[in-house]
Amino acid sequence: MTTTSRWRALTHHHLFWPVAVLIALLLVNVPFTPDFFSINMTDGHLYGSLVSIVLFGSPLILVAVGMTLVIATGGIDLSVGAVVAITGALTCSYISDQADQNTLSAVFLAMGIGLVAAVVCGLWNGFLVARMGIQPIIATLIIMVAGRGVAQLITDGQIITVNSEPYKLIGGGYWLTLPFSVFVVAAVVAVTVALTRRTALGLLVESVGGNAEASRLVGIRSTRIKIMVYMFCALCAGIAGLMISSNTSAADGNNAGLWIELDAILAVVIGGTSLLGGRFSIGGTVVGALVIQTLTTTIYTIGVPTQTNLVFKAAVVIVVCLLQSPKFRAKVFGAKGPKGPRRDAAPVEPAPAADAAPKMEVSR
Amino acid sequence: MSATAQTPKAAPRGSTASRATRLLGDRRLPVLVTAALFIAMYVGGLSRYQNYGFGEPQVFLNLFIDNGYLLVAAIGATFVIMSGGIDLSVGSMIGFTTMFTAWLVERQGLPLLLVVPLALAVGAFGGFLMGYVIHNFEIQPFIVTLAGLFLFRGLCLVISKESISINDASVGTLAQTRVSLGVGDLSIGAVVALVVLAVAFYVLHYTRFGRRVYAIGGNEQSALLMGLPLGGTKIAVYTVSGFCSALAGLLFMLYIQSGDPLHAVGMELDAIAAVVIGGTLLTGGSGYVLGTLFGVLVLGLIKSVITFEGTLSSWWTKIATGVLLCAFILIQRTMTARRKT
Repeated sequence: MTTTSRWRALTHHHLFWPVAVLIALLLVNVPFTPDFFSINMTDGHLYGSLVSIVLFGSPLILVAVGMTLVIATGGIDLSVGAVVAITGALTCSYISDQADQNTLSAVFLAMGIGLVAAVVCGLWNGFLVARMGIQPIIATLIIMVAGRGVAQLITDGQIITVNSEPYKLIGGGYWLTLPFSVFVVAAVVAVTVALTRRTALGLLVESVGGNAEASRLVGIRSTRIKIMVYMFCALCAGIAGLMISSNTSAADGNNAGLWIELDAILAVVIGGTSLLGGRFSIGGTVVGALVIQTLTTTIYTIGVPTQTNLVFKAAVVIVVCLLQSPKFRAKVFGAKGPKGPRRDAAPVEPAPAADAAPKMEVSR
Repeated sequence: MSATAQTPKAAPRGSTASRATRLLGDRRLPVLVTAALFIAMYVGGLSRYQNYGFGEPQVFLNLFIDNGYLLVAAIGATFVIMSGGIDLSVGSMIGFTTMFTAWLVERQGLPLLLVVPLALAVGAFGGFLMGYVIHNFEIQPFIVTLAGLFLFRGLCLVISKESISINDASVGTLAQTRVSLGVGDLSIGAVVALVVLAVAFYVLHYTRFGRRVYAIGGNEQSALLMGLPLGGTKIAVYTVSGFCSALAGLLFMLYIQSGDPLHAVGMELDAIAAVVIGGTLLTGGSGYVLGTLFGVLVLGLIKSVITFEGTLSSWWTKIATGVLLCAFILIQRTMTARRKT
């Protein structure tokens, strides 16, 4: 009885399916690379497949965290890839103009310039969406189209390479045996969670996403919240842009962050945030981004021909989304799933008792 | 055009002021604004590039020749968007169709007459599958069609990583054929696109199916309560979009005479932009197919104006497209903003 109810509560947790898929994907690697889970210490740095998944997944996690809040307001931001390119281009071109590229103050200034540009892009998106009332997918399409042109304009159509030790740290360096980008991601995620779950901000964002007009009428400044959210999303994309250009020590206006917006949206949805807005889960997004990065790594390690990896990606996307669909679970797993097509359709079920039990388990 | 019960009746009659209100309340206003802006831009182009032959009727007809495939794809997207959904697989489906047909015609030696219906059937079936998953498992269209985007682009690469040029005689003949209009001529692709436009116009505005699409886009719950076949219509809408994408792929294949795994990357966004510029709301339930035509023409005109400007490098082309798109959306928005008083 207790075991079943605990199991039910576990499978009904919003992170259950994303985490299950992540674990399954990680396990798939073991038959192909038996030492997949092993982590070695070389030169004071940790190396291993798990570490590299986190390292290479960092920019995606950042972009996806920003995207989560935008999607929570019922919007979408297609311009993040272009923002990644612009930030990288501005920062690298400033650094490459310096006589001594290792000067710490110059590197900080360069990063500041890049991030300010990113936030301005976000402000513009937010202005179009919130003030002008343009549909988000179209409003952000403008920077998506024009932004890569701007990035190429900054780099003069070339790939700018930099040779700066301090700048290299952000995306490719190590600190306390771990990749430095892990700390950046952890900081951004922690700040975001603190701001949205320890203050009322998250609630306000969800209320704007649920019904912008109603929240305006109860006194929430929905316009300001929306603009802030787009600025935050662009800032996250900007930091991701620093990471990507720092990791490769180069800024490529054309290809930096290409299609990252689709991956980010995918990560958000795999994490259980509805595209309709009104609720979000930062934890889910992080797991979702890790799922996508693990998938990419897995495809390489098990030696699938690279041309078929998009097909694999499509398959995993569909499987994850099907598993998350209550209706699919009801149809396929029958009695094990929720009885009705929707959970809220059958309030008579003894769900409260089942819910109450595990909460006590947790508190013990 | 006003065959659907779209025109609001509540506008007060009489004075000039209320006539203005009535005009602003007209749902056709966004389409009219887009059409007016298109004409303004065309006239602007005329005055600037008159000496370079911008005024030739053929330059205007080239808009249809160069964008016929986009028009067909955007018409498919119109159906989906009108029903309140979205289809991101358009560009991949176009790329896949070019690849699939090029492979069948060139590598397998199948006759074009057999390949064309096959490609259309594959496209329609792909759309049907996506619609089936969207409806039956209640997964958001954005995600299902995103999976479709990955799947078809991946299948392109599975067929071949390199582009396949088409040297087949029948494809060449079709591509070369021109239909004369007196002042200029149209390609077969442009003619097909116009036929598709006419059919879509009829279906959306004059048939039961069209009204169901509008009703579902307007309010799905109400449509369901009214007893409309929700699932059937939704699945049909994605099937139509898949079919249109495959047809657009065939037209693109004719236009460019090759299959390439990277053909039409990102074209779904062009199609969606065209639909939205044409005044259709992404939330569904409101809009016109003719608006989509003007949306495509505007995007085409932006490209041809940039071509006439000549000296621009590739990145300036991107920036100019973005800026013009932005100006366009803003003007359209401010002119239609006061619709609801």
